Amino acid sequence: MSETEGSGQEFPSGDGAEELPEPRAPHRVIGTPPPAEARTLLEAPPAEEGPVEPRWLPAEPSDLPQAKRAERVVAALFILSMLASIGFIAAYIGLELGSIGGVQRSNLALGVAMSVAFGALAVGAVIWVKYLMPKVEMTEERHPLASSPQERAEFAETFNEGAEASGFVKRKLLRRTLIAASVPLAVAPLVLLRDMGPLPGTSLRHTVWRKGMRLLVYGPNTPLRAADFAIPGQMITVVPDGYQDDLDALAKATTIILKFAPGQLMPPTNLNWTVDGIVAYSKICTHVGCPVALYEQTTHHILCPCHQSTFDATRGAEVLFGPAARPLPQLPLGTDAQGFLVATSDYHEPVGPSFWERG
Amino acid sequence: MTKSKTEEALEGTGRFFDDRLRAARATTAFLRKLYPDHWTFLLGEIALYSFVILLLTGTFLTLFFQPSMSEVVYHGVYTPLRGVRMSEAYASTLNISFDVRGGLLMRQVHHWAALLFMAAIFVHMLRIFFTAAYRKPRELNWLIGIVMLTLGLLEGLFGYSLPDDLLSGTGLRITQGVLQSIPIVGTYGSYFLFGGEYPGNIIIPRLYIIHVLLIPALLLALISAHLFLMFHQKHTQMPGKGRTNANVIGAPTYPYFAAKTGAFFFFIFAVLGLLSTFAQINPIWLFGPYNPSGITAGSQPDFYMGPLEGALRIMPAWEWNVAGHTFAFNVFIPALVPLGVLFTAAALWPFLEQWITGDRSEHHVNDRPRNAPTRTGLGMAAVTFWGVLWLEGANDILADQLQIPLYTLTWIARVAVFVGPVVAYWVTKRICLGLQRKDAHLLEHGVETGIIRQLPTGEYVELTRPVDDEKLAVLEYNRVGAPELPPAGPAEDADGVPAPETRSALGRLRLGLNRVVSEGIPVGDGHGNGHGDGHGNGHAAPAAVTAGEQGGDPPDGPARPAPDQGGPDGGDTGH
Repeated sequence: MSETEGSGQEFPSGDGAEELPEPRAPHRVIGTPPPAEARTLLEAPPAEEGPVEPRWLPAEPSDLPQAKRAERVVAALFILSMLASIGFIAAYIGLELGSIGGVQRSNLALGVAMSVAFGALAVGAVIWVKYLMPKVEMTEERHPLASSPQERAEFAETFNEGAEASGFVKRKLLRRTLIAASVPLAVAPLVLLRDMGPLPGTSLRHTVWRKGMRLLVYGPNTPLRAADFAIPGQMITVVPDGYQDDLDALAKATTIILKFAPGQLMPPTNLNWTVDGIVAYSKICTHVGCPVALYEQTTHHILCPCHQSTFDATRGAEVLFGPAARPLPQLPLGTDAQGFLVATSDYHEPVGPSFWERG
Repeated sequence: MTKSKTEEALEGTGRFFDDRLRAARATTAFLRKLYPDHWTFLLGEIALYSFVILLLTGTFLTLFFQPSMSEVVYHGVYTPLRGVRMSEAYASTLNISFDVRGGLLMRQVHHWAALLFMAAIFVHMLRIFFTAAYRKPRELNWLIGIVMLTLGLLEGLFGYSLPDDLLSGTGLRITQGVLQSIPIVGTYGSYFLFGGEYPGNIIIPRLYIIHVLLIPALLLALISAHLFLMFHQKHTQMPGKGRTNANVIGAPTYPYFAAKTGAFFFFIFAVLGLLSTFAQINPIWLFGPYNPSGITAGSQPDFYMGPLEGALRIMPAWEWNVAGHTFAFNVFIPALVPLGVLFTAAALWPFLEQWITGDRSEHHVNDRPRNAPTRTGLGMAAVTFWGVLWLEGANDILADQLQIPLYTLTWIARVAVFVGPVVAYWVTKRICLGLQRKDAHLLEHGVETGIIRQLPTGEYVELTRPVDDEKLAVLEYNRVGAPELPPAGPAEDADGVPAPETRSALGRLRLGLNRVVSEGIPVGDGHGNGHGDGHGNGHAAPAAVTAGEQGGDPPDGPARPAPDQGGPDGGDTGH
C-alpha cells in the first residue's frame, strides 16, 4: 500500500498531467513538515541509522490554539456524558414504576440520560476528529481486482490436478452415484417439515355454526331476541354460543347481524334466512379476512377497514367497490322456542378469503 | 509522553498477540486503509449501526418476552387492561412496557431502530443506484443488498407481529389471507405455517424463533460478507480533483475513520434515544389483545410494508373459478407482482446495463446522476411506483385528511401507479439533460463574471473566468462523449458495415437500448479538442468563444451511436 499518485491507467480522465497537479497542501500531507516536527527534533529522538523515515501522519493539527480550545470543549462533553450515564443509573435505581405516571417519569429520565450520554460522546468525538487531529487527505493506488494471468493459471492447474487426483471427472460411476445420493439427501429434511401442521382437508369450508345454535352478542356474550334488536339501521357483531373464547372458531364464525325495515332487503339476499328484517352475514372479509366492522346506515354499505372492500347489506352483501371478489356469505337465521336468534344451519359456502381448493 | 505509552502497550499486548497471530503486517494495512469521504457514504453506516442497536435492544427484550399464545389474565400495572384475558405474548409485552424499568425505552428504541434500519437501507440503495456504485466489480454486493432488504422486510413484519396486539394480529391475518390465496400451495403453506387453522396457538413461537435467530443470523452473515467485499474492493469515491479509477483518496482508518464512525454510532444511538423518549411508537396497550372478531379503523402497517398494503388496496376484484379451483388474482397479484418485479429488475439491472452498453470495465468513481439520464429516470420511475403504492397503503387516512372521496382516491392511485412512473421517468430525464446543458455551458464558457468588454472593433463581449479545478474535475467526469467512457454498443467494421450481431432482432434491440441509455448533451467541439489547458483559459479570451463554437459536431473520443442527438442542443447553448 503505497501512497503514490494514481496513474489513471485504465481511464485516463482526459488530461492526466493537468488533473494531477503538483502536491498542494491538503492533497499530500506526508512529508510536509508538521508544526511539531521541529519540537520532536529538539527533544533528541532516539538514535537511528540511516535517513529519518517521513512520518505517515503529522503529529499535530495546524491550528494549535484552536485545538487547545477544542480540547476543553471535548473534555467538557465527555464529562457531560459521564454525568448522564451516572444519571441513568441513578434514575434506574431511584425511580419506581408502579403506576402509569411512574412509567412515564422513568422513561423520560432514562431516555434523556441515555440520549445525552451517547450524544455528548458523539459530538465530542466529532470535534476531536475535526479540530484536534491534523487534516490529511491521502492517495493510495487501486489495482485491478482480477488476478494476474499467472495466478489464474496456477489456480487452474491446482484445480485441475485436484480434480484429476480425486478421480471425480474420470470415474463417472462415482460421480453419478454421489449426485444420486445427494438429491434425496437434500429432499429428506423437507419431509421433516410435514408435521408442522395438519392438512387443510375441508376445514376451510365449515364453521362451528349448527342448527339451533344461539347468536351471542360479541362482548357481553348474551343471547339476543329478535324483538330486542328492533331498530332498523343497527349492526352488531355476534359469535356462536359456546365458542365465544375460541379464537380459531371465531376467526371463521364471527358474524354481523343487521336490522332493516320491511321491504328494504332485496335479492340476492336470501329472505328465507332472515327474521323480521334481521339478516346475518359473515364478518370475515372475503378478501384477506379482516373483520368487516364499519357500517354506514344511510347507504347500507358495509366497509372493511383494512382494504376498503364495500358490500351492499341490502342486496346479499354484494361487492360495490374494493378488492374483495365475492359477497359476504349469509348465515341462515331463525328463532328458538324462547325467541332467541339462532342459526338454522352452518354457512352454505366457505367464509373468509379465497383459497385454491375453494372452487 | 504519549509515544512511550503507546510503545509500552505495543511491547506488552501487541507482542502477545503478534507472537501468536503474526498480524503486524495485515493490521498495518488495515489501519492505513483509506476511506473516501462523502455524506452519502454514511447511509450504509446508519443501516449497520441500527442493526447493532437492534441486536442489543432485542437481546434485552428476549430476557422478558414470553413467545406464548397461552391465555392468561392480566394483573399488571396498566389498570385499563386488568382482568382481561390475553395471550402470554401480549401480557409479557405489557410487562416489558410497565413493569420492567427501562423496558418501555428499550421497546421503543427497538421499534424506532427497526424503522431507521429499513429507511436507511432504502436510501442507501437509492444512493448506490443513482450514482451507479453497483457497477463492476460491485454487482455481488448489490445483490447481497437486495437479499438483505428482503430479509429486513420479513424480519420487521415478523417482529411487529410478536406482541399479539389487535393491530399486529390484523397484520398477521392479512399475511395469512395472502398466503392462503397463492395458487396450489397456498392453503397447505398456511396450514403448515400456522400449525392448522388461523390463528392457532403456535404461530407466535414460530415467528419468534425466525425473528430472533434465523433471520438475524442470516443478516449477520450477509452483513459480514457485504462489509468484507466493501473492504476488499475498496470504497467507491465521488468524482473530484485527482480522483481516478486507479486510486483512492481519503483519510486512513486509524485514527480518522475509526473515530468518526464510532462517533456516528453514538450519534445514531442518541437520536434513537430521543425519538424513543419523546415520540411514542406502537402503544400496544391502547390496541388491546388480539381477537379475530375485532379491528380498529385506520390500521396501518409499518412504513416499509406500506407498498404491499397499497397494492392490495388498489387491485380490482379479479377472481377466476376454473375447474374447481380459485385463482384469487385480487390477492396474490398485488402481494407478489409489484415488489417481485421491482426487486427482480433491481437485481438484473447491473447486468442488463452491461449488456446494453458493452461496458465490462471496472468502475470505482461514481457517476453523477445527471450524467446518466436514463438510469436516473428509471430510478425515479421505481421510486414513484413505490411511492404511489405506499401512499395508497394509507388511502383511508389520506382520504380523511385531504377530504377526497375514498373511491376517487383509489381510482387516482390505480391510474397513477402506471402513469406516475412514466411521467417521473420523462421529467427526470429532462431535468438531467437540462443540468447537463448547464454543465456543458460552464465547461465551454466558464463562469460568468458580469464584466462586459468592448473590443477595438466596437464589438461587446462578456468576460468569463475558468471553472476552478475541483469543480472542473467534477464537471468533466464521465460526461457523455468524454474520452473516459468506454466504447459502447456493437461497432461497425472499417467499411462501415455493421457487425452481424447488430442485424438480428436482439442486436437491434440492444442498439436501440444503447441509444436510449447513452443519451446526453455533449460539450461542443472546442471543448473536445482543447480539453486540457485549452478550454478554461481559451474561453476567457473573447475570440476563443466565437472560434470554439463554430461547429455542432460530436465531440472527439470513441465513436458512440447516441451523443449526436444532443449535438444541436450543445451548439445552441454555445451561442
